[in-house]
Amino acid sequence: MRALRILLEKEFKQVFRDPAILRIIFMMPIVQLLVMPLAADYEVKNIKLCVVDFDRSSYSQKLVNKITATKYFRSVDYTDSYEKALTYVEKDEADLVLQIPSSFEKQLVKEDRATVFMALNAINGVKANLGGAYLRTIIGDFNEEVRLEWLQLPRLSPQPTIQVSAINWFNPLMNYQVFMVPGILVILVTMVGAFLSALNIVKEKEIGTIEQINVTPIRKYQFILGKLIPFWVLGLIILTIGLIISWAVYGIVPAGNVFTIYIFAAVYLLAVLGMGLLVSTFANTQQQAMLLSFFLMMIFILLGGLYTSIDSMPGWAQTFTKFNPVSYFIEVMRMVVLKGSGLYDIRNHLFIVFAFAVVLNSFAVWNYRKRS
Amino acid sequence: MNSAVKVNNVYKSFKKGKTEVKALQEISFEVNKGELFGLIGPDGAGKTTLFRILTTLMLANKGEAWVDGFEVVSQYKEIRKRVGYMPGRFSLYQDLTVEENLSFFATLFNTSLQENYDLIKSIYQQIEPFKKRRAGALSGGMKQKLALSCALIHRPTVLFLDEPTTGVDAVSRKEFWELLHQLQAHGITIIVSTPYMDEASLCDRVALMQESRIMEINSPKGITENFKKPLWSVRSADMYKLMLDLRSGDVVDTCYPFGQYHHVVFKKDPHTVEEAKQAIATISAKDLEVQRIPATIEDCFMELMRK
Repeated sequence: MRALRILLEKEFKQVFRDPAILRIIFMMPIVQLLVMPLAADYEVKNIKLCVVDFDRSSYSQKLVNKITATKYFRSVDYTDSYEKALTYVEKDEADLVLQIPSSFEKQLVKEDRATVFMALNAINGVKANLGGAYLRTIIGDFNEEVRLEWLQLPRLSPQPTIQVSAINWFNPLMNYQVFMVPGILVILVTMVGAFLSALNIVKEKEIGTIEQINVTPIRKYQFILGKLIPFWVLGLIILTIGLIISWAVYGIVPAGNVFTIYIFAAVYLLAVLGMGLLVSTFANTQQQAMLLSFFLMMIFILLGGLYTSIDSMPGWAQTFTKFNPVSYFIEVMRMVVLKGSGLYDIRNHLFIVFAFAVVLNSFAVWNYRKRS
Repeated sequence: MNSAVKVNNVYKSFKKGKTEVKALQEISFEVNKGELFGLIGPDGAGKTTLFRILTTLMLANKGEAWVDGFEVVSQYKEIRKRVGYMPGRFSLYQDLTVEENLSFFATLFNTSLQENYDLIKSIYQQIEPFKKRRAGALSGGMKQKLALSCALIHRPTVLFLDEPTTGVDAVSRKEFWELLHQLQAHGITIIVSTPYMDEASLCDRVALMQESRIMEINSPKGITENFKKPLWSVRSADMYKLMLDLRSGDVVDTCYPFGQYHHVVFKKDPHTVEEAKQAIATISAKDLEVQRIPATIEDCFMELMRK
């Protein structure tokens, strides 16, 4: 016990004496939580639109006005040459070209129907998709308005129509921050848990202190506990800071019990610490550990359901996310913060992550040898 | 059991890609209790590997070894309790203070600074004024004293010092060897490796190592006495030309540069200085100086390497 205590004491002393590490540990969550949720927004705004109007009629004017009046579109140019519009697209000055044919108004009035042409710059797929969809909706609205203007709609629609009205449960305003902040918090806790611990152990290897430790009679489990406990504590501190920031800055108060989050985090940290330990047993230099961590982190973030929904991934990727501990914590965070889930609701997640902890730690301990 | 360390036919190799690099071959020796034993050899001779095997940090491929009567593989736990190891590279915590480093290692060995203060007193007193300073901020000589204190904190029976004097100035080196002799008086067996031949004479016995093998084990005196050929030192104004000339002629057997002199063994031994001068008279050298000298360890090392 005395040996473990001095190991812990040493570890904390070292962390608090390294101003760079300390700054990273405490500044990273603050900066990331302040900046990332604001930037990581799925809503596409400021789509650059170029209108090619061959008609120049009052209806085409109306349509264009209606489109540019929204915050989604910003008009780049109003021209009558499709070639000119295309050069805007080529220079990446326009994302969308809307072409209104010369007989637009005439057709609309006479034949009760008209066609417009839309060209999308698909280099940024998300922007093209969403921009196209927005534009279609606006044109649809416009259509409705024109019809209303022309004829009093009959009280009963001649054709049966289904109108859809939707309600967004748990996040009624579809606020992306409520959705993103807990996810980003998970990433931060993971980074501290898995990668700082890995780097820390590899650093001992690199500067040779691990040799000095290895010739002492301390046990393997003492050394490993001495490494795991400090980062377990740091991980929970980061979580606390993060929760405070999300409350103070974004006004996010978990709908569920905060302790549910902590209980899950405590188990989750064991799993990611095991992973960090595993990385450290494979890497011999901090550079190797760094690159390995970076590689893992990319996978965890991109396949963790933070930015893209797991449900829309292909089958193989969905299977893969089952082995990604990050995805479980992100899900649990969202369940507890948004939905107010309790321990009973997350029991499966808890169990799986606990299994991760057991497997990863056993593998790491088995792979960590005092001698080669 | 009388020997503090016993090594029997130890073999170790490392795999580098497809080729196998032999680090130790047929290593056998014994170190008596209380002895100051030197492993002398150039870089890459296998000294560190041997230390790592004896301190239970590495497993040998073949052979067996005992430290303080305990077998290095099966009884490594016992060995770890009673050996001190000071690696060649300074490997204490640079961000902990002198005092913290010491008490950290003392605790890991389940002892305290006070308990064994008498042993490290003479060393620790020199660094005590800086005990609140971080180890990283110490000078080279101080770091080394701290490392030695840490290696001694649990009163080991056998102390392994891997190149403790490499990169240390001449005065500190001398001091360091005096310290080792003091420790020997406490009954600690010391095994020290060094690439410096001149330090060999400070050991009780030395093993000369070269390319993964031990060439000879003897007392420093025994080793130099084994050098049977008469040795001469030669110098002139142009030393490099002199060496080339001596080596190209057929009068001289070997000629090695040793600082300001060349150490020369003649094929046919001249009995006097005059004869020696005559033997190399064909060489036109200014200010020629010839002297009969006793062999040093380094001469013996060079001779052994030729075999």
